[in-house]
Amino acid sequence: MAQDVYMAEEELTPSETKSASKAVASSFLSNLFPFLVLAVVWEAVVKMQIFPPVLMPSLGRVFETFWKMLLNGTLFMHLGASVSRLLVGFAIGSAIGIGLGLVMGQSRFAEKFFQPLLSALMPIPSLAWIPLFVLWFGLGNTATIAVIIFAAALPIAFNTWTGVKTANPVLIRAAHSMKCRGAKMFLKVILPASLAMIFTGLRIGLSQSWRALVAGEMLAATSWGLGFAIFDAREFLATDAMLVMVITIGFVGFLIVSVLFGFVEKHTVVKWGMLQEVGA
Amino acid sequence: MAQITLTKIAKRFVTDGRSVDALKDVSLELTDGEFICVVGHSGCGKTTLLNILAGFLRPTAGQILVDGISREKSDVSIGVVFQEYALFPWRTALENIAFGLEMDGLAKAEARTKARHFLELVHLGDFADAYPHQLSGGMRQRVAVARALAYEPGLLLMDEPFGALDAQTRERLQSMTQEIWLATQKTIFYVTHNISEAVFLGERVVIMRPKPGHIHDIVKIDLPRPRDPLADDFVHVQRQITKALSDQG
Repeated sequence: MAQDVYMAEEELTPSETKSASKAVASSFLSNLFPFLVLAVVWEAVVKMQIFPPVLMPSLGRVFETFWKMLLNGTLFMHLGASVSRLLVGFAIGSAIGIGLGLVMGQSRFAEKFFQPLLSALMPIPSLAWIPLFVLWFGLGNTATIAVIIFAAALPIAFNTWTGVKTANPVLIRAAHSMKCRGAKMFLKVILPASLAMIFTGLRIGLSQSWRALVAGEMLAATSWGLGFAIFDAREFLATDAMLVMVITIGFVGFLIVSVLFGFVEKHTVVKWGMLQEVGA
Repeated sequence: MAQITLTKIAKRFVTDGRSVDALKDVSLELTDGEFICVVGHSGCGKTTLLNILAGFLRPTAGQILVDGISREKSDVSIGVVFQEYALFPWRTALENIAFGLEMDGLAKAEARTKARHFLELVHLGDFADAYPHQLSGGMRQRVAVARALAYEPGLLLMDEPFGALDAQTRERLQSMTQEIWLATQKTIFYVTHNISEAVFLGERVVIMRPKPGHIHDIVKIDLPRPRDPLADDFVHVQRQITKALSDQG
């Protein structure tokens, strides 16, 4: 919380909303530059023909394939299959994660029971579970979604629990003195006080799920999905299509994690001064 | 309104097998409508005493009666102003003040109307929709005072409320606190390490000393209000208390 900043009495912090859109534009441009450099280097390597063109396509060719896949709808089919798996898995995973984290933060017993389990499971890459899940659930959606749930739930539970445990005790005392107890204390004080940490957990959980999704699709999917499509394209040496998928994965992942969460956070924890705006 | 009697209060903290007596044999009577200030160096147990009154801590021994009923059974409402502001960052100034009223069961609209009255009492009517992080330290603490007053508690506890503020702001808030007390005649229990502040505000000043925390002396301040911190008799009382705080034996 930004309460250590000294300001003269009667003086409000100037609203920075006006300059915000300008800042976004300039940060977009400065973020674009490294990608331009990368593109130039890529093209140079292609021109030098270190790899045969079929293994390392030019950006023009990648864009052509992108355009073709966009127009004939295959890109959207793959993207749609992936995103719907992600949403289902992430929704279930975050419900489990937030629920578990809240219970752990409130009950000493639950904390003692689950904390060692979480600590043991956290370092295991979710990818490691996929072959096992495929054996249990068969190839297809179930195995992939199970991995996503797993990937999402762990960091979300961990961060939610931390958020509840580190909720400012002075706020809880203040509420207590105003006769706030039980469920009201939980909903009106502890939950909002831990919201910044819960969002951090959701952010991590979502980017982990996105990775788990692509990996899961490579090993378990049967017909559609970005991960599946990359693996499938390998069979035809379609490196241009593979690159289209890879770039799509990166871009959509960025959109979901940064833009969506940036928006939600801007209207809650950033507005409340509980979190500094990222990249501002 | 509340009459509070503390009898032989003791508090012992046990950490890692070592026990520390934070308070021993503290007896004190707060009469209804009294402004009582507690001074002492850090470690004298003054904040522990406040936390016991607030119900955040249970005394190891002794008894607290509120209007003749024991503290645990009494349903007296208590307002607390903390040094660290303690405003809810996700609520606007107005919503912060309305919190205690909502907890008392008032409907949201009604709570807001009443909260607005208290916001104006601390001269922040224009900042109803500001979030705490947008306010200066002094303004935040005024919201905190308004919040603690809004549900009309019988007893107001203030724990070094203006200790983190600069000198001018602190003086202004002291005057504001005095005005509010004169207007509402609340029982106020005010903890501070600032002797001048205690002499300016208190009807009585309780002097506490550490190891174990106990009441060393209670000084009645008979100076007329508003008090002038530069007047000879003010300085005289201040010197007397300073001496009592640091005397050996």
